[in-house]
Amino acid sequence: MTIAPNNLVYDRPEAFTDMPTHYCPGCTHGVAHRLIAEVLDEMKVIDRTIGVAPVGCSVFAYNYFDTDFVEAPHGRAPAMATGIKRVLPDRIVFTYQGDGDLASIGMGEIVHAAARGENLTVIFINNANYGMTGGQMAPTTLPGMKTTSSPDGRDVETQGYPIRMAEMLSTLEGVGYCVKRSLHDPKNIRLAKKAIRTAFETQWRGLGFSMVELLSTCPTNWGMTPVNSLKFVEEHMVPAYPLGDYKITDPIKQIKV
Amino acid sequence: MSRELWKGNEAIAEAAVRAGLEAYFGYPITPQTEILEYLSRRMPKLGRAFLQAESELGAINMVYGAACTGARVMSSSSSPGVSLMMEGLSYIAGTEVPAVLVNVMRGGPGLGNIAPAQGDYNQAVHGGGHGDYPRIVLAPASVQEAIDLMALSFDLAEKYRMITMLILDGSVGQMMEPAEMPEMRSPNRKKFDWATDGALNRDRRVLSSIYLDPLAEEQTNFRLMQRWKEVMANEVRYKEYFLEDAEIVIVGFGTAGRVSLSAVRAARERGIKVGLLRPVTVSPFPYEVLDRLTGQARTFLVVEMNTGQMLEDVRLAVRGRVPVAFYGRTGGVVPFPDEILDEIQRINTEPVSAEADPRQSWLDRMTAIKA
Repeated sequence: MTIAPNNLVYDRPEAFTDMPTHYCPGCTHGVAHRLIAEVLDEMKVIDRTIGVAPVGCSVFAYNYFDTDFVEAPHGRAPAMATGIKRVLPDRIVFTYQGDGDLASIGMGEIVHAAARGENLTVIFINNANYGMTGGQMAPTTLPGMKTTSSPDGRDVETQGYPIRMAEMLSTLEGVGYCVKRSLHDPKNIRLAKKAIRTAFETQWRGLGFSMVELLSTCPTNWGMTPVNSLKFVEEHMVPAYPLGDYKITDPIKQIKV
Repeated sequence: MSRELWKGNEAIAEAAVRAGLEAYFGYPITPQTEILEYLSRRMPKLGRAFLQAESELGAINMVYGAACTGARVMSSSSSPGVSLMMEGLSYIAGTEVPAVLVNVMRGGPGLGNIAPAQGDYNQAVHGGGHGDYPRIVLAPASVQEAIDLMALSFDLAEKYRMITMLILDGSVGQMMEPAEMPEMRSPNRKKFDWATDGALNRDRRVLSSIYLDPLAEEQTNFRLMQRWKEVMANEVRYKEYFLEDAEIVIVGFGTAGRVSLSAVRAARERGIKVGLLRPVTVSPFPYEVLDRLTGQARTFLVVEMNTGQMLEDVRLAVRGRVPVAFYGRTGGVVPFPDEILDEIQRINTEPVSAEADPRQSWLDRMTAIKA
């Protein structure tokens, strides 16, 4: 059925391909993808963007965005993105990484890309577990949270404490824009969209490294309904990972989006 | 261009610049650090990308990213650092993008030492990263040859969309020799029909090493092997010395080959009919010429700075038709010409048994000397 243009209120962003995603029902990867696609549309940069997909649930992100894409080894997306950006400084280069990818195996790459102030944008999905491999404990798993590799709940005495990435990276001089948002309700999704736009604008203007951490759901591996998993984000994730603007340099504060 | 005194590592760096290197990513490790240092001075002045990465993992993945755009890109490292890069090499191979990696080999395994060695032959030629993938491996024996092979390595990598490795031991990296640099080639990024450089006025492209369907991965592996067949047919390179009438044929690559040549000359002065085959491409390996030499030689002597890695490839070529002997120094020890001359003289007077395991016989002799 064709919809008359004046009746159309919601359409697929141009930056998306026609491929349906493989994500589980209720997973917020789809929301995060859509926000990025809308921003690429708005900024009219689809034909000059190169995405870097991670290893994890979003390993197939390259199937969904209608831009050039490469697929990085686990955790190495910021290094690959650095290589691309250094030879193509006038392109938009972004990585899309989960918490196992970014905060565990790729900790070295992300910290140094941020410290160097690489003009990259990183979209960091924090859903407190390794989704693709079936819900193992991640560096971001909450204390006491049960996963397939912390069956009695994460014991901080033996398994350590969660890592707050946005907070950590915001201490680095090279970082221009570093914020944390959540995808658990429409208001927060709108704020997330604005942050993603600002992050890409930061890169476009050469104002340093930009990252948006997005608190996300994993209903399948958390063993919850989609609605309950959104509640879990609000009630448990947000208190453990406070939302906020951890670093916005002055020139970036002037950007109106 | 006139001949100038060049240090191996710096010569490699300058030769890469002149071959149109657009981006270098590396990490300090002895004995290759001068490549990194030289390019840190040279590349920014030319407006080209230079970056000291946080690790070899970072460096090889930066290479991977830049390679995906079609830029001429390289890294360099030494043995332990190259081990760290194996993950990236496998991905680069699986994605079929061109990249050049220089390994200035040192003594190992483990942290080993910083003295010259050839212990990474198997890693470079036969293995390293996971999965099935071929790669081109060049082994220079002098500063001049390293310079000459640098430009070739980029051309080969791009022609076959394949990793090209340059393996040299620490002595070639560290020594100074008179050498001639080629003319400066301006970087001229080719418009590859696979490069992910932004989908401006074209359909988007994806570069990945994922083939989730095993049948598609199998087809990919077939494709890589078919391409390798072309490399084997067209790109084998080697040097022959005194082989016309040689009854004893020494096979050695890089510095081991170069030291062997001195021994061959000394043996010739003593009237021994000995020659040298020095593979320049250790991958593709010169099986054909070895097959031909098997019809002529009564004995082969493989000389390496490891415990007999290329030895296995020589044995594969010779297929037991004539005896193969081995002499090696390892752990960072470089053989003297006299040692190799002694081996030649021994082989010349006492026939080598075709049944003996060449590595075991060598090891028995070496440990007996020590005891």
